[in-house]
Amino acid sequence: MWSQLAPAFRITLVLTVLTGLVYPGAVTVLCQLLLPRQANGSLVSRNGHEVGSSLLAQSFANAAYFHPRASAANYDAAASAATNLGPTSQKLLDRVKADAVKFRQDNPAFTGPIPSDAITTSASGLDPHISPAFADSQLPRIASARHITVDQARSILAAHTESRQLGFLGEPRVNVLEANLDLDRQFPGK
Amino acid sequence: MATTFPPPAVDNDPTSLIPKKLVRARPLFDKEILGRAVRDSFGKLNPLWLAKNPVMFVVEVGAALTTLLLIRDAVKGAGDLRFEFQIALWLWFTVLFANFAEAMAEARGKAQADALRKTKTDAIAKRITGSGKIEEVTGAQLRAGDLVQVDAGELIPGDGEVVDGIATVDESVITGESAPVIRESGGDRSAVTGGTRVLSDRIKIKITSNPGETFLDRMIALVEGAERQKTPNEIALNILIAGLTLIFLLAVATLPPFASYSVTSAGAGAVPSIAVLVSLLVCLIPTTIGGLLSAIGIAGMDRVMQHNVLAMSGKAVEASGDVNTLLLDKTGTITIGNRQAVEFLTAEGVTEAELADAAQLSSLADETPEGRSVVVLAKEKYGLRGRNVAEQEATFLPFSAYTRMSGVDIRGRHLRKGATEAIIRFVEEQGGRSTDSVRELSDRISRHGGTPLAVADGARVLGIIHLKDIVKGGMKDRIGQLRAMGIRSVMITGDNPLTAAAIAAEAGVDDFLAQATPADKLNYIKREQAEGRLVAMTGDGTNDAPALAQADVGLAMNTGTMAAKEAGNMVDLDSNPTKLIEVVAIGKQLLITRGALTTFSIANDVAKYFAIIPAMFSVTYPALGALNIMHLHSPQSAVLAAVIFNALIIIALVPLALRGVKYRPANAASLLRRNLLIYGVGGLFAPFPGIWVLDQMLHYLHLA
Amino acid sequence: MTAVGLLQIAVYFLLLLLLTKPLGLFMARVFSGERTFLHPIVQPIERLIYRLSGVREDEEQHWTRYAASLLAFSLAGILFTYLIQRLQGILPFNPQGFGTAHAPTGATPVTPDLAFNNAASFPTNTNWQAYSGESTFSYFVQMAAFTVQNFCSAAAGIAIAIALVRGFARQQAKTVGNFWVDMTRSVLYILLPLSVVGALVLCSQGVIQNLKHYDVVKTLEGATQTIAQGPVASQEAIKMIGTNGAGFFGANSAHPFENPTPISNFIQMLMIFLIPAGLTYTFGKMVNDTRQGWAIFAACSIMFLAGVFIAYPAEQAGNPLVARQGVAVAASDTQPGGNMEGKELRFGIAGSALFAVITTDASCGAVNSMHDSFTPLGGLVPLFNIETGEVIFGGTGAGLYGILLYAILAVFIAGLMVGRTPEYLGKKIEGKEVKMAMLALIATAASILCFSGVTSVIHFDWDKSQYLNPASGAPKPAPTASAPATANLGNGGPHGFSEILYAYSSATGNNGSAFGGLSPNTPWYNLTTGFAMLIGRFLFLLPLLAAAGSLASKKKIATTSGTFPTHGPLFVGLLVGTVIIVGALTFFPALSLGPLVEHFLMQSGQLFSMIGFWS
Repeated sequence: MWSQLAPAFRITLVLTVLTGLVYPGAVTVLCQLLLPRQANGSLVSRNGHEVGSSLLAQSFANAAYFHPRASAANYDAAASAATNLGPTSQKLLDRVKADAVKFRQDNPAFTGPIPSDAITTSASGLDPHISPAFADSQLPRIASARHITVDQARSILAAHTESRQLGFLGEPRVNVLEANLDLDRQFPGK
Repeated sequence: MATTFPPPAVDNDPTSLIPKKLVRARPLFDKEILGRAVRDSFGKLNPLWLAKNPVMFVVEVGAALTTLLLIRDAVKGAGDLRFEFQIALWLWFTVLFANFAEAMAEARGKAQADALRKTKTDAIAKRITGSGKIEEVTGAQLRAGDLVQVDAGELIPGDGEVVDGIATVDESVITGESAPVIRESGGDRSAVTGGTRVLSDRIKIKITSNPGETFLDRMIALVEGAERQKTPNEIALNILIAGLTLIFLLAVATLPPFASYSVTSAGAGAVPSIAVLVSLLVCLIPTTIGGLLSAIGIAGMDRVMQHNVLAMSGKAVEASGDVNTLLLDKTGTITIGNRQAVEFLTAEGVTEAELADAAQLSSLADETPEGRSVVVLAKEKYGLRGRNVAEQEATFLPFSAYTRMSGVDIRGRHLRKGATEAIIRFVEEQGGRSTDSVRELSDRISRHGGTPLAVADGARVLGIIHLKDIVKGGMKDRIGQLRAMGIRSVMITGDNPLTAAAIAAEAGVDDFLAQATPADKLNYIKREQAEGRLVAMTGDGTNDAPALAQADVGLAMNTGTMAAKEAGNMVDLDSNPTKLIEVVAIGKQLLITRGALTTFSIANDVAKYFAIIPAMFSVTYPALGALNIMHLHSPQSAVLAAVIFNALIIIALVPLALRGVKYRPANAASLLRRNLLIYGVGGLFAPFPGIWVLDQMLHYLHLA
Repeated sequence: MTAVGLLQIAVYFLLLLLLTKPLGLFMARVFSGERTFLHPIVQPIERLIYRLSGVREDEEQHWTRYAASLLAFSLAGILFTYLIQRLQGILPFNPQGFGTAHAPTGATPVTPDLAFNNAASFPTNTNWQAYSGESTFSYFVQMAAFTVQNFCSAAAGIAIAIALVRGFARQQAKTVGNFWVDMTRSVLYILLPLSVVGALVLCSQGVIQNLKHYDVVKTLEGATQTIAQGPVASQEAIKMIGTNGAGFFGANSAHPFENPTPISNFIQMLMIFLIPAGLTYTFGKMVNDTRQGWAIFAACSIMFLAGVFIAYPAEQAGNPLVARQGVAVAASDTQPGGNMEGKELRFGIAGSALFAVITTDASCGAVNSMHDSFTPLGGLVPLFNIETGEVIFGGTGAGLYGILLYAILAVFIAGLMVGRTPEYLGKKIEGKEVKMAMLALIATAASILCFSGVTSVIHFDWDKSQYLNPASGAPKPAPTASAPATANLGNGGPHGFSEILYAYSSATGNNGSAFGGLSPNTPWYNLTTGFAMLIGRFLFLLPLLAAAGSLASKKKIATTSGTFPTHGPLFVGLLVGTVIIVGALTFFPALSLGPLVEHFLMQSGQLFSMIGFWS
């Protein structure tokens, strides 16, 4: 083994330069040239100020906004995290029970089963999407907070509901930040 | 080729290569053997001895541990003594059952060795000194190189070669065959074995082995299994089951900490007791195969012995299962030793009756098997009775290599039979002419693998006797079975390629080696081996020795020379070359039995988990009761039932281990499918009802 | 299960099937030294690397020398990785100032034990994350240490697999190839080209690739949000292709910057299985019987789909305790239903369950959902996948050599039942091979079970617990208490035990995924999981290299109808049975106290609180 150490260290050094510096460097240059928006985090601006990334959830507590899924990371985009609570966790069930009560209180008009994403936390703590059903359940609250009709709010929802990619990948979803930006744009009165 | 033995009884049942009647079959559970085995089972409890078998050693340690704890609890008056006692008892039974299996296998060999030893009386030898005098010494004083004289009625004092004389010898001690055999100096029938008896005449023998190293000594050692070494495959299998044992040891040894966590977090129950943990371990480790493995190997050797074949090592038996190519000598193996007359073909203008008459007359004094077969054919086909030739004035001319014909001069007739060319020359010398049709007939017979024998009466060629090699009955089936097993059979013959091809086609062999010299044979073996094939062959002559040594399995004939017997790794005491096929089947059966019981053993574990795991945690996690799919009565009865099943299955499989798994010649895929279904899938499901029944019994007998 | 979910699984499998042969063929050409379309560009670089490293391209190595090269290479990787982490404060590309006085508040310090854990983790292709990348490491560490080892460990795995394949392909040979050449070719011809393409595709979906300072934005509600940045796409690509699995961010492939869309998710899943599946064909090609390769492919496919069809329905059925609160279980067109705790909406149940199965079939360990929050049966599948040795396609190279180990065992046990000394691909399987296969199995089983056992019960005295087991940020216990290692679990009851079992299974299996509730960044866990990784890697592959050497030296046995055919459905079934039964028998007791009992307890509604030692 010892006779092999010299080539080992030399080749590791060479590969460090090649795959650790040249390769990421070249990819960075290519991405910055070809795909600058994506490469820099799909940031969204309003009035010339960056307000977030369309890929990352941010906290919305105001009744006039669509609320994102609960976050174990407190929407900290520099510290992604999940609850990691298991199915027989007392803590999980306590939280779910409390959130279910709160959900019914927040959306008194809502009947039927609660959408599963509304009551659970995401894996990253930064899930930018909610399900159309969850979004739909929030419409009366948003409408009343903005003094608009539910149908007006629903038009925003409809415009921001993305269907499955290629028809079979993923889930139908609503991007919370983009929908909220649109709400502010179209129905600024809150 | 020695052809003194009678044609072998052909097994006509194509479904089994192993004859139903074993040559020296003893019932599997003979009373004497059983008694000896039961005694030995206890002797084998010695841990030093058991340490060779890692699986059973672990069981013994577990049994000892459980017993100690039982004693401790009994003294303290704590614990569930009834349960612990039964567990300890059945763990000891598990070890004993495994010991019994091995002892059974060994006992058969030991009984046989005892029988052989009885025959080994120390004979008085008449040693011929350098000055030619005869001095009487004991057999034990003889050394290799000594010259002895043996007279009729005396025992041959040691292994050796006949250097002078010819005698009939009774070799039944060794072979079990009561018909005497002829031993003579020179050639391939010169070897004699110590302990056999000269029946007639006087021979001088050069002793070839020192006392203690004789064939009989070696034979006793072999059947007794004294020098038994583990075969390569057995070693590999031992590694596998030892490895599995270690893995299960890890799985069980880490259970207490896992259980400790579970007990803490569930707030109920206790960490499983040592007795239960040991029970789980013993149920999981492959005790079935671990307990039966050596018995299978010994029994395999024993089965070979039952066929009157002496295998010099277990390795040889195992290798025979791997054989890809079987070299079979034509004469004596594929054909019944001698050619036979099958047909009279007349020349133009000759009646068959006339030809038959001349053929018979010319053969009356011909004592060769061929000659006799001509007489027989004439009688069967044309009703010609044997005539007393002595009454007639006849002069017989025996066959000579010079004239290449034989015949009789009788009442002015000159009847001759012989090789076609020789007869034609004879006819032409007599002033006659041969016809082309005779030549044609002769050629045709040659082409079809027969031997033409022309018959002449003076200047007239009467016709041709068609001599033919007779392929043994059932041989084609057997070759077919070999092919099904993936074994290529190759016929070895000294015949010309034309004749060889015809017989090869009739016997159905895959290939043949014509005009084979011993060197050709050796080269053929080497070539096959270079292509990755294992080769088996039989042989008896001294010039077969190099090939026998080179072959992976070399079966030497007991009638053969010492050199041949030394070179091969098996000796057939019946000197029946067809045995090779049976030996191959036994080798395969041996491996199949090992694989089947290993698979069975491992597959069994699934059910045992379902019995023991819910029982272990019945208090901590009652929810695990969902895994108690057998609905066993109580945790104690579940664990006990599993342990008892585990012990009983060993004893239940002893007959299978000793007899071997039923083997049918078939290709690998269908064999595997069948065995996997029986021993794999069967092994998976069989314990469920078994453990359930035991649990019911324990419950109703109030044992748990 | 939903129709679209099933469609996704079907399309995935079909695409994998289509890609297997072309990639497998290409790899066979590369390792047989034949020219490929990449040679005009890559060969000069290859030659340059050999010259710079002092490697002789034409030198063949005996298995011991091959192993020595591998060990030396791994040692170099371990030292480089350790040093770069520890020195990140003085190295470039560190806009956040990690490891310096200017480090952001809440940044994780790189302690010696954490650095050791990562130094064991990356060169062994484990990529266990006791850290969150965005709050611990500079871009330089991520690139020059982690990305580099992603390439190196994957390439080493492929090299070993190829050496073992040569063991079967060669006969009466003393050597099994040249490690340096096999490894370098893996990097240059396979991993690097695929990574460049993969990185660009992923970036097009929204994976970031920059070297800038973290962005700080003002949200719509006026709060401040710091957005982590970095060269993610380049690392993400090799992380999947090399089945490494360490995320740039703590949330791994669940993080929208790592895995932004369902399409990127689908591509990442394909990237995981691409090389392992291709290698089955390479194997068949190199032993001159592609049916043998397809048989392995078929066995892997059966086990893969079996896993999917246990995990996916389990996750879709969800948690009955949550459902009882009036939460939807059935999927509809407007919401996913099922167990969405710890899952990203864009992937849904199918995209998450499928990913979880794939990442643990392979030794990848990237996660797009939190396995800890899976239902008991949904979580059992990844755990069992890891414990059977990650041989279902498996890691790059590691999967192939792992399944060949099981093939050796399967052939040995069942092969006897055809009445011959067992043989595989014409090579007799004898004591040596069985011994090596058993050694590898015992080493991994021992590591998983023993470390889990000790961790389940060990307590540290107060003075040592300070060092060995502090949970990050938790209040300190009373000075008299002795601290159990289980204090760091994120869940109580059987689920807590599953976290321990998963941790050591993942470390030993070089997977890297986790039941993430466990707080592993403490000296006890960093050291033990680190050792488990080294055991799982080296004590598994060294015996296999020994077997490769032994096999290469053997003669090839002629195939007859008496030979057990290893390309038919019977063999495939046997191989599957061996993997499952060996795994199940070894781990059934442990699993029954973890996910199995939890499944029944969940049905009966029993709940568990955390041990609560620290709080």
